[in-house]
Amino acid sequence: MHRNLGTEFIHVMQKRTVVKILLIFTFVFNTSNLFAKEPDNGEDGGKVNTKSEIDAYIEHHLQDTHDFTLWSDGETGSHVGFPLPVILWDNGLKVFSSSKFHHGETIAEVDGNYYRLYHGKIYKTDAEGTITYDEDQHPTNPKPLDFSITKNVVTMIFVGILMFLLFGGLARSYKKGALPTGFGRVLEPLVIYVRDEIAIPNIGREKHRKFMGFLLTVFFFIWILNLLGMTPLGVNVTGNIAVTVCLALFTYFITQFSANREYWKHIFWMPGVPVIMKIVLMPIEILGTLTKPFALLIRLFANITAGHVVIMSLIALIFMADNLYVMTPISLLLTIFISVIELLVAFLQAFIFTMLSALFIGLAVQDHEHH
Amino acid sequence: MDKLINDFSFGLFFWQALILLVLLFLLRKYAWKPILDSLNNREEGIKNALESAEEAKKEMQSLQADNERILNEARAERDGMLKEARQLKETMITDAKAEAQAEADKIVAQAQATIASEKKAAITELKSQVAELSVEIAEKVVRKELANKKEQLELVDAMLGDVTLN
Repeated sequence: MHRNLGTEFIHVMQKRTVVKILLIFTFVFNTSNLFAKEPDNGEDGGKVNTKSEIDAYIEHHLQDTHDFTLWSDGETGSHVGFPLPVILWDNGLKVFSSSKFHHGETIAEVDGNYYRLYHGKIYKTDAEGTITYDEDQHPTNPKPLDFSITKNVVTMIFVGILMFLLFGGLARSYKKGALPTGFGRVLEPLVIYVRDEIAIPNIGREKHRKFMGFLLTVFFFIWILNLLGMTPLGVNVTGNIAVTVCLALFTYFITQFSANREYWKHIFWMPGVPVIMKIVLMPIEILGTLTKPFALLIRLFANITAGHVVIMSLIALIFMADNLYVMTPISLLLTIFISVIELLVAFLQAFIFTMLSALFIGLAVQDHEHH
Repeated sequence: MDKLINDFSFGLFFWQALILLVLLFLLRKYAWKPILDSLNNREEGIKNALESAEEAKKEMQSLQADNERILNEARAERDGMLKEARQLKETMITDAKAEAQAEADKIVAQAQATIASEKKAAITELKSQVAELSVEIAEKVVRKELANKKEQLELVDAMLGDVTLN
């Protein structure tokens, strides 16, 4: 029964094609402009054309935000986008729209509590929104637990739905015939690629099947998010440390929970070495299990963040330039060049993450005949 | 590092974990499993088809070899049969000839035996006739003796001379 409902759901969803879904999203983006335009009485007119401003802008872009801003006009101070729900846990659940913050300019008042958005973080303040700082210029105001549906969460949900539609459609197309039709023809080789080039060589033909779900999901999830990061939507999900930590933790737990006896034996009591070495190796090996996923999360985070920084810096060259006619083509050429590389990096990082996950899993489940 | 830890948003982490878990569960059930199963089935099917094609090819080859062998055998058998028939024919002719000869010999022998027995019977009959004749002559002689003894003797002599010719 449950299964029928599920397939029925796919069936209904499939009728609206993916393209239509995308159109709906664009529609939502555009209509939301109507209510999202808010005058911004910024201090300096909001123009971004000095070095420090550009740095701040880039940093701001790299961060997660509580509203989906597509672009903002510095001079009139209006932001184009739509607000997102803010969910706070502060002695009870507080849910309100991020439009209450007016992009950080006003203080949101909910149930007698005052919250202020400061550098992308929500702090609990008094009615005036005063923020106290410690000696390192870090705010000392209490931070409520923030479970807001931020821009990154929205993007991830979107990618989730997109993946469900794409691959649910591919799965359904097999019911009609042995060969997929339409977009499935593009997706099928990718699925086969992940299976034949990533899973089977690292985990082995007998054991790979169990981990295919995770590997495929992670591969396409990261790849699509990376690609979305290259669109002017301005999302930077895989360049967010929380996201990569989460992904790496999944790999870590899957590796540890599927590990066999030999794996643990190699960690806690390395065979074939003297007893003293066994004792020395034990903490190193235990640390090793942690450094592996740590390398994963840092690699993905750093690569994507670096890509975004480079592209944005190159675009920013235009605004820094004294001579627009000279600088614009140079900047555009460089940006296009780096974008092409980033397109490759987007795939490469998804591949490397999946590949290394498969490798770690493979190390944990393989049978050691000898050492 | 400090900045990274500061940037870490627990809320985002929570949502990411939740989304990933839900996505893993849903995709596993409604996408990856059917996709991978169909891929496996298809590959298995292709493999099987190729194998059976190879098998069929081999079978065809063996069948052809068999045919050739059977044909050769049949040809050899035919040759053998022809040879045998020829031999049979020759032996039959020879036998027939021998038999015919034997039969002919037999017939000839029989004929000769018959002729001999007929001849014997004829001689016997002749002898009995001669005896009768002799008796008749003797009778006549006896009768004539009464008239002329001399002539009777002459008659007997003459008659005897006639008889011994046979």
